[in-house]
Amino acid sequence: MSKVISVSGLRKSYGSNSAVAGLDLEIEQGEIFALLGPNGAGKTTTVEILEGFRDRDAGQVRVLDFDPATKGSAGQRWRDRIGIVLQSTQDAGNLTVYESVSHFATYYENPKEPREVIELVGLTEKSDALGRTLSGGQRRRLDVALGIIGNPELIFLDEPTTGFDPEARRAFWQLIRKLRDEGATILLTTHYLDEAEALADRVAVINRGQIIEISTPDQLGGRATSLATVSWRDGVEIRTEKSANPTALVNSLSQQFGGEIPELNVRRASLEDIYLEMIGGSLE
Amino acid sequence: MSKPTALSIGIQRGRLEIKQFIRQRESVVFTMLFPLILLAIFGSVFSNSIAKGVTFSQYFVAGMIASGMVNTGFQQLAIMIPMEREFGTLKRLRGTPMPASSYFIGKAILVTLSMIVQVFLLLAAGVIFFGVNLPTTAQKWLLLAALLILGSACSTVLGIAFSNVPKSGRGASAVVSPVVIVLQFFSGVFFVFTQLPHWMQYVAAIFPLKWMTQGARSVFLPDSFATREVAGNWETGRTFAIIGAWLVIGLFWAIRSFKWERD
Repeated sequence: MSKVISVSGLRKSYGSNSAVAGLDLEIEQGEIFALLGPNGAGKTTTVEILEGFRDRDAGQVRVLDFDPATKGSAGQRWRDRIGIVLQSTQDAGNLTVYESVSHFATYYENPKEPREVIELVGLTEKSDALGRTLSGGQRRRLDVALGIIGNPELIFLDEPTTGFDPEARRAFWQLIRKLRDEGATILLTTHYLDEAEALADRVAVINRGQIIEISTPDQLGGRATSLATVSWRDGVEIRTEKSANPTALVNSLSQQFGGEIPELNVRRASLEDIYLEMIGGSLE
Repeated sequence: MSKPTALSIGIQRGRLEIKQFIRQRESVVFTMLFPLILLAIFGSVFSNSIAKGVTFSQYFVAGMIASGMVNTGFQQLAIMIPMEREFGTLKRLRGTPMPASSYFIGKAILVTLSMIVQVFLLLAAGVIFFGVNLPTTAQKWLLLAALLILGSACSTVLGIAFSNVPKSGRGASAVVSPVVIVLQFFSGVFFVFTQLPHWMQYVAAIFPLKWMTQGARSVFLPDSFATREVAGNWETGRTFAIIGAWLVIGLFWAIRSFKWERD
């Protein structure tokens, strides 16, 4: 079986509020899959059900061919095969990076080598530093190290790069790609659309507890065939036109201006534009 | 690598808990030093004898040893666990294959070790500075050991159970500490129990600390003092029965209510 995660008809309500309302999802082995959606869309609830932190009201859920809602010690064998990187935590401030990572290794049957994992997340120089002395980005990399020490087949990453500077973020993306190349499947939730675009093989947009669309980042919402926006200065005003044939438009403008077009800008819809349109215009 | 067992992981966790405890200066001061400071103050202020051959210091050391079980078990855990819940430590652990029992084994190791150190420090300070007499018979030492084991176990499970009461990690000590301090006053740690108002004695008799202090007095005070207790004797059987009952209550309460995440 190549489906690492398969969900159908998933429902979960809190009181009268329906957080997840009939959600279907399938994630293939070896892909980086990004889940996008505004706050309150049901993203966190869905992921926490997949991680086994929450019970569901209805629907079928299989994660690595196991029902995460299973009670008792059967879940331990399953947890041995997954890695969870939660949103920012502040724990273990009085342990060194090496102490934390090597301790978590004792929970797993076939852990990675702690030194190698620390190297992989780029914390080798901080191996002997206490958790509380790490910067936000280093802290996050420690979270990832603890999430992958068990050599997981499936990794959940929740808002992994919040608070990163651009350089750290690029290094982090490399790390995630490397984990994928080693065979892991990755489910990523993020607020950053550039992150989804850079990393994800496929993205799903979730709103009001349902999947609106699943696609590759460059195809989402008909992005590849959407109109281009051309803008230029005409006297005192900036003019903007949407066009299916931007090259022809630019050519005719060029003739009109006799060569250079003042302040020319041709722009394809960004993932963010498409996304905002899909969820109805509000990011938060 | 072979499959790790709940016990072996629990022992690893215990080592880690102790390491973290020692590195956290506040916890060392709060849990270890504070009882010694109290002993120094009360031992100096009340230097009188309360009965023939029984100084207040002797009475107080017995009470503080009983309190030591409450400090290192109940108080320590009921403050520490809500913080771990707030910081996401518990949720992170829940997401790993670590057996839940390993977490509690680790806590029990931390409580046991800090309780032993605390009792040792109190006894040493009592003997060196306040002329406290140590038990002279093997029977009394055995009684002390039994009391410490049962009392600590009771205090530990109640601490785990009570860890669900504080609404936040930061607010936990404001909820837990007053409970402990009031119980200490009611249970005859700071004052001679039989001199307290009767209603206080009745309230205290519901809770285990009163019985722990009485049990500790039966170890550290001469048997002649037993006639000055409420019942006119040490009530050793009842002491163990009530602490044991609280252990059972705490166990069920802890198992039923323990949460790995904040709601």
